[in-house]
Amino acid sequence: MTPILLIEQVLNGLQSGIMLFLMAAGLTLIFGVMGLINLAHGSLYMIGAFAAAAVAGWTGSFTLALAAALAAAALAGCIIEMVVIRRLYDRDHLDQVLATFALILIFSEGTRWLFGSFPLYLDVPAALSGPVRLPGGILYPSYRLLIIVIGLLIAFGLFQLIARTRIGIQIRAGESDREMIGALGVDISRLYTIVFALGAALAGLAGALVGAIQSVQVGMGEPVLILAFVVIVIGGIGSIKGALVGALLVGLTDTLGGVLLPLLFGLFMDPSSATTIGSALASMSIYILMALVLLFRPTGLYGRA
Amino acid sequence: MRRETILNAVLYLAMPVAAALAFAMDEPFLITLITRAAIFALAAVGLNLALGLGGLVSLGHAAFFGIGGYAMGILAHHAQTYSPMIDSWIVIEGTKSMPVIWLVAVVTSALAALAIGALSLRTSGVYFIMITLAFGQMFYYFAISWPAYGGEDGLSIYVRNSFPGLNTLDPMQFFVLVFVILSAVLWWMGRLARAPFGLALSAARQNAERVETVGLGPFRLRLVAFVISGAVTGLAGALFADLNRFVSPTMFSWQMSGEFIVFIVLGGVGRLFGPVAGAMLFVLLEYLLSPLSEFWLIYVGAILLLVVLFARGGLIGSLAGREVAHD
Repeated sequence: MTPILLIEQVLNGLQSGIMLFLMAAGLTLIFGVMGLINLAHGSLYMIGAFAAAAVAGWTGSFTLALAAALAAAALAGCIIEMVVIRRLYDRDHLDQVLATFALILIFSEGTRWLFGSFPLYLDVPAALSGPVRLPGGILYPSYRLLIIVIGLLIAFGLFQLIARTRIGIQIRAGESDREMIGALGVDISRLYTIVFALGAALAGLAGALVGAIQSVQVGMGEPVLILAFVVIVIGGIGSIKGALVGALLVGLTDTLGGVLLPLLFGLFMDPSSATTIGSALASMSIYILMALVLLFRPTGLYGRA
Repeated sequence: MRRETILNAVLYLAMPVAAALAFAMDEPFLITLITRAAIFALAAVGLNLALGLGGLVSLGHAAFFGIGGYAMGILAHHAQTYSPMIDSWIVIEGTKSMPVIWLVAVVTSALAALAIGALSLRTSGVYFIMITLAFGQMFYYFAISWPAYGGEDGLSIYVRNSFPGLNTLDPMQFFVLVFVILSAVLWWMGRLARAPFGLALSAARQNAERVETVGLGPFRLRLVAFVISGAVTGLAGALFADLNRFVSPTMFSWQMSGEFIVFIVLGGVGRLFGPVAGAMLFVLLEYLLSPLSEFWLIYVGAILLLVVLFARGGLIGSLAGREVAHD
């Protein structure tokens, strides 16, 4: 394997990791502040992708498509928070799992009903469809590079939001003592709606950005949701920093494992069985990573005990 | 008699009565449908030991369902192609005998549950949910990427496996076999819940610290419960694969795990017959709603949402009162 190919794969890993971060950040915030496990977060990802694909189809503008993804997912987030999720904060995790599982059924089948079962395609804007030459002569798709940059900017913005703004202070206060900030006059239910909509918007944006690389279809959100859970388990629940580190670890392990493990087994096996065993193991690699983290740090890398 | 006891008896008898009616009307499809409900019930009865009694919300029980299914698929595949399963210093042949397949399904899924449980029980609450979900997904992707047994396409088994003295291809005989197994497991679970083990497990759910103070280890109790629970769901998986004569990675899918939890909650959490009621209700809904609309799962989602938000206690809870039985 050439160094150039390896660097390309590292960049691909970073790209999938940073998109995972957008999902995981929302999930971990929602859990940290409201104590809620939200299985329907993958549906918000799907809603973002579908809104983007629909708007791009009507207007042909990718920027408008991204704006639509953010708006649609945030709006859907607001609505489900006010209609359903709000009733679940005081319930046990089982009820939360069940109700959000029901939401997945409703959103998935609803989307299938609206858009049909066939995948939609969201095209990468023409200006970004070509490769860009990186230092060292590496050609890399410019759209993927843009995703990495956007993701990093959002991660930076999110850290600033939480560390420096008033709403960030309220979020952090909400994580440590919900009743107290209520007693201090913060409108808790408004804060919860904002946090939920923020998480939803991040998920929707991730769906739209990734939707332009893959196809936009019903059920696209759940595999990402489960990966985001792995990220949160590795990073520690409620920690944005943990979500970032975990997401990059998972993205890199998943991408590099798929490339390197078959090669590694190829060193001492015949090529066809090396590919078989290598790719089967690669499909398990992130879960093995999760198991290792659990063995040594059951609360995750940055989790509070 | 208490209302729940009467309700349990009605639920228990509903399946054989319905199957007998279908048999009398010569509707083999309906018998197969009822068998499906019975197998789903068995899978959920297994999960209910961990979830209802132990309070362990496992969102990865499809892993054990799938392992049971693949135990059947792999053994029967080797038997039907006359190729030995392992052919090195020892030779292991495939088999078409149900009892052997069941044993393998139970042992392998129990071992998987031991490994997954030992790791995920180090955590609790929402971590546990996410981790079991993730491990379930691991098996799903493994089954897809492992080409030896069909990969994504799954394995077809042409003739249903055999049980001594029965013609298992006859829908009624196969139903009776499944129903007897379900009855035996229900009887055992009922005893287990009242045995010292079940009481201790239940106590560990309610207050783990107190249980620890009296000298019982919650971790060990939960692990044993998780292993038994996984083994029962694995057995259900072997039966499910035999019912369809087909096994594929969808048996491992996380939706399957979600549906098992749905069965339990629709029926009533922590009640012996809850999963039975829930599985019957789910299969009935599927039968009634799927001809009405291609998007029938929307209605299931809506019903489920309403049950969770407003009808806590599920079907049995609504019909027999909210209090979970103590006897």
